[in-house]
Amino acid sequence: MSVRMIADKTVKIVLFTSAIISIIVVLAIGFFIFRESIEAWTKLGVGEILFGAVWRPGQDQYGILAMIIGSVSVTFGAILLGVPLALGCAIFLAEIAPAGVQAVVRPAVQLLAGIPSVVYGLFGMVILVPLVRNLNVPGNSGYGLLAASIVLAVMILPTIASIAEDAIRAVPENYRHGSLALGATKWQTITKVVLPAGKSGILAGVILGVGRALGETMAMIMVIGNSVIMPKPLSGNPLTYYLSQARTLTGNIAVEINYATGVHESALFATGVVLFGLIMIVNASARWIIRGQKFVEKANEEQVC
Amino acid sequence: MLEERLSEIAFFHKAQAQSLKREHLRQKIWLGLMWLVGLITVSILILVVGYVLVQGGKAISWEFLATSPKGGISGEGGISTTIATTFYLVGLTLLIATPLGVGAAVFLIEYAGEQSISSKFLRVVIGVANFAVEILAGIPSIIFGLFGYALFVSTLNFGFSLLSAALAGACLVLPTIIRTTEEALLAVPDDYRRGSLALGATKWQTLYRIVLPAGLPGIITGVILSVGRVISETAIFYVTLGGSYHLPNSIMDGGRTLALHLYYLAMDTRAFDKAMGTGAVLVVMIILINLLIDLVSRKLTAGVRKVR
Repeated sequence: MSVRMIADKTVKIVLFTSAIISIIVVLAIGFFIFRESIEAWTKLGVGEILFGAVWRPGQDQYGILAMIIGSVSVTFGAILLGVPLALGCAIFLAEIAPAGVQAVVRPAVQLLAGIPSVVYGLFGMVILVPLVRNLNVPGNSGYGLLAASIVLAVMILPTIASIAEDAIRAVPENYRHGSLALGATKWQTITKVVLPAGKSGILAGVILGVGRALGETMAMIMVIGNSVIMPKPLSGNPLTYYLSQARTLTGNIAVEINYATGVHESALFATGVVLFGLIMIVNASARWIIRGQKFVEKANEEQVC
Repeated sequence: MLEERLSEIAFFHKAQAQSLKREHLRQKIWLGLMWLVGLITVSILILVVGYVLVQGGKAISWEFLATSPKGGISGEGGISTTIATTFYLVGLTLLIATPLGVGAAVFLIEYAGEQSISSKFLRVVIGVANFAVEILAGIPSIIFGLFGYALFVSTLNFGFSLLSAALAGACLVLPTIIRTTEEALLAVPDDYRRGSLALGATKWQTLYRIVLPAGLPGIITGVILSVGRVISETAIFYVTLGGSYHLPNSIMDGGRTLALHLYYLAMDTRAFDKAMGTGAVLVVMIILINLLIDLVSRKLTAGVRKVR
């Protein structure tokens, strides 16, 4: 064998090694986070952790139900506020806006995606929290689910909007021509033909947005208040639920990991396992919905950007 | 034109004409609403970026940028060491992630095609590797942080250090680099490879001399994207980098990036003015990075067009 051939083989082995790095990393993440959490699962019991309402490390109580509810509530709020905006944005960019306007709006959406989450958090603390505090409800500190939902809605808007836009663009042009030729208006074409045809991609975008929302950490810590309480309405009006402070799963890990030891530390890893599991389920369902479609690769990219 | 048609139709089907009119009105309202949504999105961006830049701009001075943080209850001092630490961390992270990511992408694209038919094992590995990249891309950053804390900080005993943080950060940006490189390689025409191989070059020579240079702008895009991600990332470094505001002397020292500094200023000292100043520096960096990516990808498409 010539030197060139040996070099060729060596390179191939090196490249192969780097190709399997991502497999190793995924396995290592699963392994280490689970390994560190075993102590908590065995000492406290799965039910005690998942359905325990009290998180009080001082008294060895490590229920994360309040955090699960906190994460779900804030995600729900963000979806409620963010999805109509994101879908409108996607429809606007794909079907309505003239090229010149697209050239302004699309970079704006991209830039929204790039702004660091601590900047959103800071903006929330300085602008939104004082605004929310103005609502005259006893016990309202401004920090809480509402402020966090608004911040999160803006943060997931770019993810949902760009995946939904791709899904809408992936609808064949013939569908539109056919509908218009039958005498439908442009808006009828959009709502009755284009959106139904692109609905699986749009839905996948929303679900990936849910995944992002569940995983967001720093901005949530900064505006949600972080009290380890079951969120509940502050007054008779059920809407004041969203003025309640809360803590997310992500926030629970970040706030306490640096000083936790023993079972406490292990319980934080258990929190991580739950978060990891939730997000895997969410992302897997998004992928299942868009399986085999052309813009799937693009959806991957949106996830990483 | 429309009116003419409407009256024509009305002659036969008055009711239908009215419904058509109604549809056009509805369309006008909805299309107007969509324009409004576009406007709102741009306004949100202008509001956030504008506010941070204007308010933060007040805190920024040469002194703010060039002196180190002094700690203290109101976050005295500037941000010089955090800027330096940010660059150190970006450099170290990409030093780790770029070769791995590009190597992985080259294998997944360039070797997948030729060998998969003959070797079942390789085909399975490539499938699993692609799936793993997908999973990695969806993992939230705090999980990478938790992983980095468990493996690098504790088990391997690297402590809260640049090294721990960069290794955890590399896991975060790996999928970005792999995916962008893959795309860049796919855009290189197959004729290039065939031409090179036909001239007697080996696979590696073809890759090194022909394919990688042709895909370079795409690879650079991935690297720049990753720079942006490391600059913005906070959660991972919050649990792996320690947070000392002193300048790290080696990769085994901890530190504080700009984003992390912003967090500590806002949460621990409530020094919102200085936090805004730090935020403005961050936002300017992100805007510059976006412009740079735009520039490189424009070069990329121009290059491809030339080829065709």
